[in-house]
Amino acid sequence: MIRYVESRLGLDSWGRRALRKVFPDHWSFLIGEIALFCFIILVATGTFLTLFYRPDAAVVTYEGPYEPLRGQEVSAAFDSVMRLSFEVRAGLVMRQIHHWAALVFVASTVVHMCRVFFTGAFRRPRELNWIVGFTMLMLALGLGFTGYSLPDDLLSGTGLRIGYSALISIPFAGPYIASLAFGGEFPTENVISRLFVLHVMLLPGLTIALLGAHLAILWRQKHTQYRGPGRSESNVVGKGLWPYQALLSLGVMALTAAVLALMGGLVQINPIWLYGPFDATTVSAPSQPDWYMGWLDGATRLFPPWEPTVFGVTIPSMFLPAVLLPGLFFTVVALWPFIERRLTNDAAEHHLLDSPRDEPGRTALGVAGLLFFTVLTLAGGNDLIALTLDIQVESMTRFFRLAMFVVPPVGGALAYRICRQLRDSREHPLGRGSGVVLRRTEQGGFEEVPRS
Amino acid sequence: MKAERVVRGCFALSLAASVGLSLVYLAGGSRAWEGVLLAAALGGIAVGFILWATRLIDAPDNVEERREQKPGEGLGLISEVLEQSVTGVSRRKVLAGLASGAAASLGAALAIPSLSLGPQPGRSLFRTLWVPGIPAVDSEGGRVRPEDVPLSGIITVFPQGSEGAGDSQAVLLRVAPDLLSLPEARASWAPQGCLAYSKICTHAGCPVGLYRAQARELLCPCHQSTFDVLTGAVPVSGPAVRPLPQLPLAVDEDGYLVAQGDFSGPVGPSFWNVTQ
Repeated sequence: MIRYVESRLGLDSWGRRALRKVFPDHWSFLIGEIALFCFIILVATGTFLTLFYRPDAAVVTYEGPYEPLRGQEVSAAFDSVMRLSFEVRAGLVMRQIHHWAALVFVASTVVHMCRVFFTGAFRRPRELNWIVGFTMLMLALGLGFTGYSLPDDLLSGTGLRIGYSALISIPFAGPYIASLAFGGEFPTENVISRLFVLHVMLLPGLTIALLGAHLAILWRQKHTQYRGPGRSESNVVGKGLWPYQALLSLGVMALTAAVLALMGGLVQINPIWLYGPFDATTVSAPSQPDWYMGWLDGATRLFPPWEPTVFGVTIPSMFLPAVLLPGLFFTVVALWPFIERRLTNDAAEHHLLDSPRDEPGRTALGVAGLLFFTVLTLAGGNDLIALTLDIQVESMTRFFRLAMFVVPPVGGALAYRICRQLRDSREHPLGRGSGVVLRRTEQGGFEEVPRS
Repeated sequence: MKAERVVRGCFALSLAASVGLSLVYLAGGSRAWEGVLLAAALGGIAVGFILWATRLIDAPDNVEERREQKPGEGLGLISEVLEQSVTGVSRRKVLAGLASGAAASLGAALAIPSLSLGPQPGRSLFRTLWVPGIPAVDSEGGRVRPEDVPLSGIITVFPQGSEGAGDSQAVLLRVAPDLLSLPEARASWAPQGCLAYSKICTHAGCPVGLYRAQARELLCPCHQSTFDVLTGAVPVSGPAVRPLPQLPLAVDEDGYLVAQGDFSGPVGPSFWNVTQ
């Protein structure tokens, strides 16, 4: 086999170099790989689902084996997902693996981005790849939202409706954009087929293209690495692609798939038969989006009832929390490499990673941002929390309004202090190492030098 | 060697689980067993490969030197090639401008058909299907008399012939008439204490489906906006700002509820010219 390929492509020297390509060995570099593996699993399970799903809003009567809904009028899309869940053998486990993989895909993408952020891996020359990765996060959110809406159940219909309301709230262009996107005034019949083409063709196609670019740039620029003996800005130290990294990555891919298979088999997710088919006049309570949309829902809940009309132009109360806030937040995230460069005046190339404590300011900002996100996400469940704790929803809302402004700065300041102390004491937070490393001397002996 | 035996065992376990998975499928399938056996099949491979990589391989660290990427270096080489495109051109800027202009207008011309995606909104956001005299019917198409309306619950009503219409849905409820404190202009809108409001929340458009009968408040389950039904569905808490538009009701000669006209304002979430 090798001889066959070699004699036709003549890859021997490139192939040898590729197989020996250096991958620095650290667990945190595997998070991005997990995101990649989730995507592969999503394509595989998604292809299976596509073979049974019908993107069709036509009304049919449900006649499947699920008693409580039998005889009800549902859309053909909902009917096909019901058939997939109850009648297609291995259909439900595939659907549940797909949904769990989608949640883990977004989660691992976000955690990977946090790793890149907190270690300063986005700095020159890797700003481009930060933008590519950021765009893939946006695509992942789009994929999640469109996929969530495809079963045409009551819960996803509510998500779509709120999306429509956010679109329509955009000053001047809103009603036009919303009408073009939905093909008229919500609810419309053609939205399902539009979401379908986005979900199975455009968005995954773009993601695959950007994934290729992401990996090609990574390959070309070589990996970053943490500081350590023998590691410098001008080299990269680690195990070769073959055999160590390749076998390890295969193992992690199988492990990711195994965990998702276990969840898909044992942990129920998105039981659309309990929500029922979409109906424009009803809504399920409580209604919760997938986790990565919860913060926007929370922001919408916390925003005060304020809808000013200036010179006849109304700024709808959805616009600031559901359009402007994520718009600004994501713009700052996307441009962060350039913003930080401005702030620090550091235009040098960096291939050695920071420890989060090396840059207390950046770490504090990241912690504050994550806490802001967390508070808003919790606020998205204020009715559930209120129900569980037996408190009035209005009190929860007031609490979260306060927390939104207090928790992030306090947490950020705390992170800043901890970083400063760790940096000054030079101790690893997990108590490993003594602050000195052994170094080989020119005479062949060893000497102790402080950890750099 | 011990680790090698474990790796062998992992792969053997995976193999057995895969056979089991096929058998479960052929026997009729079971979501839980499919998940567990698939996880075991993949998990065996996972642990096998990870142990193989970390325990069986004695791979030394490799060191690769990075290329020095001096800014600007290599640029000259590239631009030398790129320059070949304009060697025979006398007015470069004009040519480049026209070429990009052509590309841009082609792009715009090809983008314009996306307007086919939906109708112009026009005044459609300001109107619903309610017209003077049209009967209010429930989702089954049944006409409603004031005394059919419960005092402790709500009915969803539509203009007759458009049952299920998204933008025209209204909640119908009844209170004792002496409790009402509607704006004066609406005094005749609530025959026998029957009130109809748009069911679409003015915040994010969810159906306002919950009624707290004792507090006489309508509650939207999406973002917890509440509306006081006695004063014209004015928001009392939550993020909504505009009251739910009210549908003027009347009773026709047969004793059934009909609409006097369209809602008191645009239904659903706000947009930029909602007040115009």
